[in-house]
Amino acid sequence: MAAKTLTIDGKSITAEEGATVLQVAEEAGIKIPTLCHLEGIYDVGACRLCLVEVVGVPKLLPACATKVAEGMEINTDSERLRKYRRMTLELLFAERNHVCAVCVSNGHCELQTMAYSLGMDHVRYEYLFPKWGVDTTQRLFGMDHNRCILCTRCVRVCWHIEGAGTKNVSGRGTKSHIITDLNMPWGESVSCTQCGKCVQACPTGALFHKGSTAGEMERDRGKLEFLVTAREKHQWVVAV
Amino acid sequence: MILNDLVQIKTKELAARKKVTLRCCMAAGCMSSDAKGVKEQLENAVAQAGLENDVEVRGVGCMKLCCEGPLVQADPQNSLYIKVTPENAPAIIAALHGGTANIPQADPDAAFFKNQLGIVLANSGVIDPERIESYITVGGYEALHEVLREMTPRDVVETMVGSGLRGRGGAGFPTGLKWGTVAKSPGAKKYIICNADEGDPGAFMDRSVLESDPHSVLEGMAIAAYAVGADQGFIYVRAEYPLAISRLQLAIKQAKQLGVLGSGIFESPFNFTVDLRIGAGAFVCGEETALMASVEGKRGTPRPRPPFPAESGLYGCPTLINNVETFANVPPIYRNGAEWFAGIGTEKSKGTKVFALAGNIKNTGLIEVPMGTPLRTIVQEMGGGAPGGAEIKAVQTGGPSGGCIPAQHLDTPVDYESLGKLGSIMGSGGMIVMDDSTNMVDVARFFMEFCMDESCGKCIPCRAGTVQMHNLLEKILKRKATRRDLEKLEELCDMVKNTSLCGLGQTAPNPTMSTLRFFRNEYEALLQPDKYGPGGNGDTNRQPAAEAK
Repeated sequence: MAAKTLTIDGKSITAEEGATVLQVAEEAGIKIPTLCHLEGIYDVGACRLCLVEVVGVPKLLPACATKVAEGMEINTDSERLRKYRRMTLELLFAERNHVCAVCVSNGHCELQTMAYSLGMDHVRYEYLFPKWGVDTTQRLFGMDHNRCILCTRCVRVCWHIEGAGTKNVSGRGTKSHIITDLNMPWGESVSCTQCGKCVQACPTGALFHKGSTAGEMERDRGKLEFLVTAREKHQWVVAV
Repeated sequence: MILNDLVQIKTKELAARKKVTLRCCMAAGCMSSDAKGVKEQLENAVAQAGLENDVEVRGVGCMKLCCEGPLVQADPQNSLYIKVTPENAPAIIAALHGGTANIPQADPDAAFFKNQLGIVLANSGVIDPERIESYITVGGYEALHEVLREMTPRDVVETMVGSGLRGRGGAGFPTGLKWGTVAKSPGAKKYIICNADEGDPGAFMDRSVLESDPHSVLEGMAIAAYAVGADQGFIYVRAEYPLAISRLQLAIKQAKQLGVLGSGIFESPFNFTVDLRIGAGAFVCGEETALMASVEGKRGTPRPRPPFPAESGLYGCPTLINNVETFANVPPIYRNGAEWFAGIGTEKSKGTKVFALAGNIKNTGLIEVPMGTPLRTIVQEMGGGAPGGAEIKAVQTGGPSGGCIPAQHLDTPVDYESLGKLGSIMGSGGMIVMDDSTNMVDVARFFMEFCMDESCGKCIPCRAGTVQMHNLLEKILKRKATRRDLEKLEELCDMVKNTSLCGLGQTAPNPTMSTLRFFRNEYEALLQPDKYGPGGNGDTNRQPAAEAK
């Protein structure tokens, strides 16, 4: 494996061939905002928060799905990128019914944290206030579509790590939503193993443990990392 | 199957040719106005007049002047009957022996037909698309024979590079370069895909090609497959084109029976099979990565590129994806040579382009013109201008990814670069003409609504951004928007264009941005004073004296 040298935000960095810009930036201590990315599952480049500027490339590239190349000059933080990221978040907040005050994930929500850290202090777009339901037919978990940002982490974790293939996406455009099996109530799903990995993967309060109330829903992401480390490196250790 | 077999079929067909041919358009447009009934009655009338040995009634593909269908053309009399009904059949037969039938006719030498140059549509309206023999009679599959027996795959790619053909799907990527990339990509298994998921509103070029000359697409695919080293092809055609699907199925069956598809084609070691995949009605599946996901049986959503399909496409194998019209251009290029093709068109855009003329225009239909033809020639001379003497206001090209070209730029030659400079694109060939009664903000809203409905929902800017842009355009149309809303709209256009994952989102703002560029006054005329801006209720600097009055 050949090493590649590149610069990220003016910092010279060496990277392993095949690594993504996101991985390399994280190793170098440069934080690129992400929402659909989750350590251990494949990336889809859907949330567009990790878009970075690459000198000589006219289009913005998703850091999570772009492999490093020799001599790349990457800019992860510019006025333009900050603006786009804030707008992306505004679009998300306006799209569904994100009401932090009554959300199980209040205080532990990646969307909320992202909005704080990127300085999104208000939403300039019209709230769409769509009518989405809550699926509480499952014995242990619930799904509140109002809080879903369609990052598809739950879908990917269900297919890729658990291998159950219970979760999927149905519909298109803003009518897209997460479904269970062939669009049946979660409680009636025959493929769901009730492993709860989807709940651990969810960045917002869309997937939750039943019984948790506002602000109580904390996730154990270590559980997913443990599984991935065990599978890929054959080390049964808990990441600190 | 050897070359001699082709020649024999051709000779037999030519020997059986009758004195008079009545060509009946059997493409979807005319079929919807009972072209089938017309053909049946013509056959009956021929039988009744005892002319079976002299007159052939042939079902053919699109005869291009769609607005006047059903069309029937008599050869060699060269009379083109329009709006034919089954009751007209006896009169048409009677008129074959001199005299004129009392049926409306169009002039086959009118500008609409004279300015056309048929490469892709050369056989459309001439041959019977349901008989492979009819295609062979006009030289069909001879190019494939020549390529397989006389050329190396490398020569084939070089000829394509030399022809200067660019992708007809919209972006205009050089076809030869694409073929070369796939040919050079390592991999034992490679695929060819024909993108027939035509979905732009008002566009029907690919449908007509598939309905009128399906074998030219199959032959083009086979030549491409040989060039890049693929042995399996897929045609991804939308379910909304049932006639195209049935003609393709028939064409594939006939080609297999004759041995021009299958194994050991023309006794060479080359094998090639083609299968159909039917799209389920998603516009985004015309995007190549979404299309491949759909062929694989997955949800049709795009993925980030790179890797490009040429490197890692269908099932992870190197894949060549070209549009229907691109493939249809291939056999003529190998029949007549790269220089011949490169001699047509402009410096950077070679050959011809098929357009579907629609909207506020007299002659609606299909036209094929050399690249570089001025828009004015197409719209005014061939199209006959707007009906009722109205002024043409703009021409929309490129569908929901394109833009509106205002009347003052009608002298623009139609080629990839010139249209790009005006903020539009060549696109796949939809051309919607708008007259002076058109509200350009409403046009922008229509296309935004289309993109909003067709967004797959994977990436946030396209999924949520198109909804917001659509709502802002509605707000402007309802005269409820202020200057701030227009600013928000422009900001969103820029953001969605630059951050969306695939071409659908990246180009969704184009119709809005293009109408804002040329018809900004129409937007501004609809704006309301800003409450907190100058003159609004909330303007703190407003003069109290003005209120006192």
